[in-house]
Amino acid sequence: MNLLNLFVIALRSLNKNKIRSLLTMLGIIIGVASVIAMLAIGQGSRDSIENQISGLGSNVIMVFPGATFRGGVATAAGSAQSLEMDDLEAIRVNCPSVKYLSPVARAGGQIIAGSNNWNSSIRGVYNEYLDIRNIEVESGSRFAETDEKRASKVCIIGQTVAENLFDEYTDPVGEKIRINKIPFTVIGLLKEKGQGGMGEDQDDIIYAPFSTVQRRMRGDRQNIQQIYISAVSEEKIELASEEIDELLRTRKNISKYEDPPFNIRTQTEIVEMFTSTSNTMMVLLAGIASISLIVGGIGIMNIMLVSVTERTREIGLRMAVGARGKDILRQFLLEAILLSLLGGLIGAAFGILSSKLFVAIMNWPVTVSSYSVVLAFSFAFIIGVFFGWYPAGKAARLIPMDALRYE
Amino acid sequence: MKEQDQERKKIISVSNLSKVYDMGVIKVHALRSIDMNINEGEFTAIMGHSGSGKSTLLNIFGCLDVPTEGKYWLDGADVSHLNKNQLARMRNKKIGFVFQTYNLLPRTSALENVELPLLYNPEIRRKERKERAMNTLELVGLTDWSEHFPNQLSGGQQQRVAIARALVNDPVIMLADEPTGNLDTRTSFEVMEIFQELNGRGITIALVTHETDISKFAARNILFRDGRISKETIIKNIKNAREELEKLPPEDEL
Repeated sequence: MNLLNLFVIALRSLNKNKIRSLLTMLGIIIGVASVIAMLAIGQGSRDSIENQISGLGSNVIMVFPGATFRGGVATAAGSAQSLEMDDLEAIRVNCPSVKYLSPVARAGGQIIAGSNNWNSSIRGVYNEYLDIRNIEVESGSRFAETDEKRASKVCIIGQTVAENLFDEYTDPVGEKIRINKIPFTVIGLLKEKGQGGMGEDQDDIIYAPFSTVQRRMRGDRQNIQQIYISAVSEEKIELASEEIDELLRTRKNISKYEDPPFNIRTQTEIVEMFTSTSNTMMVLLAGIASISLIVGGIGIMNIMLVSVTERTREIGLRMAVGARGKDILRQFLLEAILLSLLGGLIGAAFGILSSKLFVAIMNWPVTVSSYSVVLAFSFAFIIGVFFGWYPAGKAARLIPMDALRYE
Repeated sequence: MKEQDQERKKIISVSNLSKVYDMGVIKVHALRSIDMNINEGEFTAIMGHSGSGKSTLLNIFGCLDVPTEGKYWLDGADVSHLNKNQLARMRNKKIGFVFQTYNLLPRTSALENVELPLLYNPEIRRKERKERAMNTLELVGLTDWSEHFPNQLSGGQQQRVAIARALVNDPVIMLADEPTGNLDTRTSFEVMEIFQELNGRGITIALVTHETDISKFAARNILFRDGRISKETIIKNIKNAREELEKLPPEDEL
């Protein structure tokens, strides 16, 4: 018997018991819908985390000095004085996978412009830092070449700082401000960046040349608090991080097996750190949803068994007129597969619909990925085959004589 | 008569055929070394009480069961030791079954019921299938009922659909197991009328029944007792079903 005929027979038999078919499918419908919705919620939260972290910049690698122990007491990470300006230059020269790099000097303080004052954080960086973190200057300019050498008292300010120091009619570029009583000239205004991954205001920031902050505000010439580096491409992040690690170990005479007095963090690692939690959640939710799929499968098996018993005489007759065991197996298997696929289809529709509802009503970040639909669908198919096999096999093994006389 | 016999093809031929059902503790001898032939164009009635082995024989004839011992040739081929799939193929090509309880598929039209055996024959395409099914329905006089479901048909009509289904694959023999068992006298005679008409067209029929008045419509009666052939009779004056029908009182008086 060809597939089309089998298909027609299976559809007809499902159609004869509409309510029963629908109830049987319900398990699969709920299972598939919940798998899709759960994966969509998981994927959504993952996407939003990734989005926020990509705000860090492109292909970012960060190098911090490690923690030190003073008399057995650990100090905060980054407090060791183990990264120096020479290390920075060595990285620039010796690591081919590094594109941009910039030291970061952090300071904070009171900023005064005319009669307004504001408290913000100041970062001493190279121009390259702006490239690494995709920070754009809206008006004015970036630092000049000479600013770094001379430790010029110039700065680029964020939108939030500008709003708090100047009224809306004043162009901040060219204005004088005082940071911790040191007079600075504003040479640029940053483009608005909005809220960061951790909810911080990325526009409440002032950038100044590295040497300016390092020498004039921190009074330090050698030690670097942090180095921002970008790799030449996303694929080269790992390689660049290895190159830096090797170089710094060599420079500081530390073998491969010792803990180095510095930490290297890549953007990938940070993304992984944050997404691993959401991954766990996603797997958990999808796992629970899959259980309902399996329960649905058992429902299908149950109904198929009833159906085989009910139709014993029909099976006997089909065999008497020439159906082989194989034909009977296919007929009932196809019926089970059809049940689960139809359930899968309706379930997928419900799953996508409910995901959209999550977005519309609760404003959750939900992303329905096509792979989750394919996954849930193929899972439903496999369940149809798996749970349909036993009843279909039972039907195929019936002895025609006995089946014909079954009451 | 003898010359005619030799010319005729043997449709069914069994020799030394035995069937033993192993029930664990006891062994039931359903058939004990049967030898018999059915020739092309014959109308044979197999008689006997329940347990006489007549149904077992019909099952073996119909390739639903295999003999424990002995040989069975169907249409010239030895089918005693075929496997399940080969038996299914034989049933599909060579055998037409008519059952006491009709065994029509519910909520399936008469035409589709008749088509069923052809569905399991991959050589036959849809168009041919529909055509042959329609032609066979015409043969049993149900052309106008082809789209009706079994529950919309009378018992006699249902059995006619079943007869059409048994004929659609152009079998070498039609096997009927108590085909009139569920029917009243008039309808029984109607069904026998069809059988006689089909036999008149050259179709070989073997019929199992325990009703003597039904067996009198067949030319050859074989009586079974305890798994053996106890008596074989050639009926001289075969009853004509059409005439018998006319003798019955008019339908509305019944």
